[in-house]
Formats: sequence, structure tokens, C-alpha cells
Amino acid sequence: MSFNYEQSFTIQGGNFTDAGVVSVFIKRTLQKMGIPSEILRRVAIATYESEINIISYARIGIIYIRVTPENIIINIDDEGPGIENIELAMRAGYSTADEKIREMGFGAGMGIPNIINCSDDFKLTSEVSKGTHLRILININTN
Amino acid sequence: MELSHIAKDLNLKIKCGEELLGRDVSGGYVGDLLSDVMANSKEGNLWITRQTHQNIVAVASLKDLAGIVLVQGKEPDVDALEKASKEGIPILVTELSSFDVAGKLYTLLS
Ligand SMILES: Nc1ncnc2c1ncn2[C@@H]1O[C@H](COP(=O)(O)OP(=O)(O)OP(=O)(O)O)[C@@H](O)[C@H]1O
Ligand SMILES: [Mg+2]
Repeated sequence: MSFNYEQSFTIQGGNFTDAGVVSVFIKRTLQKMGIPSEILRRVAIATYESEINIISYARIGIIYIRVTPENIIINIDDEGPGIENIELAMRAGYSTADEKIREMGFGAGMGIPNIINCSDDFKLTSEVSKGTHLRILININTN
Repeated sequence: MELSHIAKDLNLKIKCGEELLGRDVSGGYVGDLLSDVMANSKEGNLWITRQTHQNIVAVASLKDLAGIVLVQGKEPDVDALEKASKEGIPILVTELSSFDVAGKLYTLLS
């Protein structure tokens, strides 16, 4: 099987009305390509949690996904407040989500840990008051 | 077990997705924190929650959940219903608490 696909999506901060739309679109697209369901599950979690974090915390962001026969690369770049303490942000249970975000069921501090659990390689970098960058690699095992 | 059978047995009211109740339910998951449900629910699970806004629909789609049960007499938001109908996610409601629905579902599936 040979998978080849790439696409970028712009996500508006604060737009909870369309929260998840991009992740659902990506999942459907990869499903049609015949990506194995376990890989789909991991991509869905990684893109969803990234999408929600842009909407929750940033002004605007881009999700870029590239699928090759070997792996899936997901790059997320946003313009926003950035993350002061990355180590803390990666810890399960840590959240700065406000009341409005929590009321919708977000803010458990599990988003980034979920992404890490679904990644074969993961990098989070950030510059305070500039933005946040995530590099996610998911290997496709076709043996 | 088919969702339609569960709906009948637990006396769940169908808000949308009536045509999808033939789906097989693999088990249940209870949760009101969306990233917990994203991480821990399994394909085909019936999701028991008190969240009523439209964000529940994307979670159910992404995790291939069999449907969503809103507890304690909660009604889905209008946008949630609209999205769920479009995405093909059944939403059902009940006066029961999460604890009671989960208990009954567990017994039914065992
Ligand atoms: N794109 C971002 N820009 C700025 N801060 C962020 C961003 N993503 C995450 N954070 C910070 O990292 C914290 C942890 O994020 P994480 O996604 O793990 O949990 P959460 O969003 O608080 O809750 P959950 O994802 O469980 O709903 C956030 O509360 C926020 O302070
Ligand atoms: Mg998050």
C-alpha cells in the first residue's frame, strides 16, 4: 500500500463552534486512504487535542499533516501566548483552562499527555507571547 | 448487543440517529472530561455523560462510539442535535444518573 497525502488547515482561536471539524475531516480522509484503524485512532487523538488547544489558548494556528508510506507527520504551529513552563504543561493534570473552557468538558490537563501517548516521536517548543509548536511523528507499521 | 435493544431495555429516549440503532455496542464508558473520553473510550462504546454541547459529537465520531447517552434529564443543545444527525451519531436521553445507567448497561451486557 502506498500512502501519499499532505494538507494544511487553519484553526481560529476561540472558535468552539467548529471544534473538532478539522480532526474529523482528517480522520475521514485517512480512513478512505485505507490507513490501519490503530494508526487512525492515534492520529485522531493527536489532531483533536492539538486543535482544541489552539482553539482554547491561541489566536490562530495551522495544522499540517503529511502522510507517506512509512509515517505520518503532524506539525502544529500557533500564534498565541506560548507556554512558559513546557515541562509543567506536559504533566498530566496540569491545566490553566478557565471556567468557560472547563464547562465544556475541557481542562483535565490530559491533552498533551494524550498526544505524547499517541506519538512515536514528539517535540514541543514554545516562545512566550509568540506561539507554540508541536512536531508529532506516527509510524505506519505495515508488516 | 444492538443499541436498539439497550435503548428499549433501559427505556432511553431517542433524540436522533434512530436509523443507526442497529449498531453493535461493545461496552460503555462514563465521562464528562472530553480528553479522558478521547483517551480511554473504545470503539463501539456507548458513552454516558452529562455534557450536552456540540463538542461531544466530534469526540464520538473520532472514537467511533456507538452513541451518546445524556443522563439526569439533560437535553442535547440544538447545535449538538444538528451535528449528531449530520455525523450519524445517535443521542439518547434518560432521567437516570450516570451510575444507574452504567450499572444497568453493565448487567445487560454481562
Ligand atoms: N497551544 C497552546 N498555547 C498556549 N498554551 C497551551 C497550548 N496548549 C497547551 N497549553 C497550556 O498547557 C496546558 C496543558 O495542556 P493540555 O492540553 O495537556 O491540557 P488542557 O488543555 O488544560 O486540558 P484538556 O486537554 O485535558 O482538556 C494548558 O492548560 C495550557 O496552559
Ligand atoms: Mg488541551
